[in-house]
Amino acid sequence: MPSEPGGTKTKASGATKTKASGAKQGGEEGFEPRVVAFACNWCSYPAADAAGINKMQYPPNARIIRVMCAGRIHPAFVLRALELGADGVLVSGCHFADCHYLFGAKRAAEQFEKTAELVRLLGVEKERVRFEQISAAEAPKFVKVMNEFVGDLKRLGRSPLAGAANGELTIPDAVGEDRT
Amino acid sequence: MTMASSEVELAELLADAIKRSRARFCYECGKCTGVCPVARYDRSFSPRSLLVRAVRGENEKLVGDVNVWSCLTCKLCDTRCPALIDYGMLTKAVRTVVRRQGGEGTCTHGGAVQSLTRIMTSPKLKQDRLGWVDDTMKVRRKGDTVLFVGCTPYFDVLFSETGSNTLAGSKGAIRLLNAAGVEPVLLPNERCCGHDLLWSGDIENFKMLARQNLESLEAVGAERVIVACPEGYMTLKVDYPAHFGKLSFEVVHLTEFLAESIESGALKFDGGGDSTVVTFQDPCRLGRHMGIYDAPRTVLEALPGVEFAEMRRSRERAACCGVGGWTNCTSFSKMIQADRLREAKASGADTLVTACPKCEIHLKCAMNDPVLKDEVRLEITDLAALAASRLV
Repeated sequence: MPSEPGGTKTKASGATKTKASGAKQGGEEGFEPRVVAFACNWCSYPAADAAGINKMQYPPNARIIRVMCAGRIHPAFVLRALELGADGVLVSGCHFADCHYLFGAKRAAEQFEKTAELVRLLGVEKERVRFEQISAAEAPKFVKVMNEFVGDLKRLGRSPLAGAANGELTIPDAVGEDRT
Repeated sequence: MTMASSEVELAELLADAIKRSRARFCYECGKCTGVCPVARYDRSFSPRSLLVRAVRGENEKLVGDVNVWSCLTCKLCDTRCPALIDYGMLTKAVRTVVRRQGGEGTCTHGGAVQSLTRIMTSPKLKQDRLGWVDDTMKVRRKGDTVLFVGCTPYFDVLFSETGSNTLAGSKGAIRLLNAAGVEPVLLPNERCCGHDLLWSGDIENFKMLARQNLESLEAVGAERVIVACPEGYMTLKVDYPAHFGKLSFEVVHLTEFLAESIESGALKFDGGGDSTVVTFQDPCRLGRHMGIYDAPRTVLEALPGVEFAEMRRSRERAACCGVGGWTNCTSFSKMIQADRLREAKASGADTLVTACPKCEIHLKCAMNDPVLKDEVRLEITDLAALAASRLV
């Protein structure tokens, strides 16, 4: 990930402009939160897949990033997403007893504990980061979590960090036209 | 953005740094490389060859060169250079130019600290960073003396695994100030000083942090700012005025304040505690960059039950803790750190004292080496934490 704020701007700017201009600030009507969701390859990602296959409806606000293990989600990745303008970040991994790598789910919880504490220190609402354990068989839980999370974020409104680092918003609007 | 962005302006920025750092006076004697702690282990790195490429204007080669980011900016080469070249100034300019062209060092810890600092540029930020201040510490909301704490609340979350406890130094700093009759103001929304962004070439974001910190300091009516961290001290004292003009307050390092208070009799240590032999790790920013060597030693010598032993390389010759600006921590860093820890043990000390939270974190991390084990393990503590433990 390039950390120059302008580094990832080119692809995103069009989408951000077209749709974000319609989004209202501070939980007002029409505000669509931009969510980054880190999902484990062995559980939560297949759960999202199953939700799609079964045509279960959930808000399309999340950019899902598939990772091999949620234990790899160091606080740095969540902070980076917030820095780039995400309104909320979801980290979703396996239940402790189900972890494909045995220790990964525990590691994910430990990493998230640090993430949550850093977010607290920054004074950002704690609801903007969320940790979940969703197994591959729990497509309905994935849908429920997405509904809740996006609902919470709509109430909270735009992240106070959006516009940090020279005011660049580099995550494409989730419901923008650019859905590549 | 006020800084240059076109190629011409970048070239001017570099040309100006070459001129001001006296880089053209280099006669390639190689003393800088001989003394460089990185070059000692990493044969591909040499301060001199980096300088030569910068002077030749080989920008395109520098962009992809990992060695632009290998320099610790510890300033040891400056102390040996017979041509009095300021390598730090040149490195900073080269990094700014390289960064604008897309080059970047490897951010250690996944770039978490870099993200935190950039997040702090947000004007809407309202931090909740003073939860560690308890009722035994007397602090104020407004007043003439401010304690600039630094990033220790964040460090203790991120680096808990290394076993470091940098907040102990911050708590100690407040207790010491109280004991000397000062109730400091703490800024509830103090931002990162911007040191690491500045030294990795991100000048825009450095300025955003600096401007907001200056506003907060002026708003509380600061006349004197006591900084607990050497990097913050140098940044506030040297880099803020360089970018924003003369400051409306005085900047003092905590050890300077403590040494003065001890000499004037305002601060007395009557506390007990086990007798211990300590040695001191001179932080690069405090020592070679700012020339403060005696103040921390004065404090250590005033502590009851504390015997002071010097390491083989100390003061101007002190070795760096191995990483600068949370960038490019490599196996070479580990070698530098292990060497330094062996030296600390060889001094006969049982405790290594430092005045910089980063030195503490880096050296603590190196102590966790599963192979070297006891060869590199000793107590490590912040100077303020140790001194506060010897108060009444």
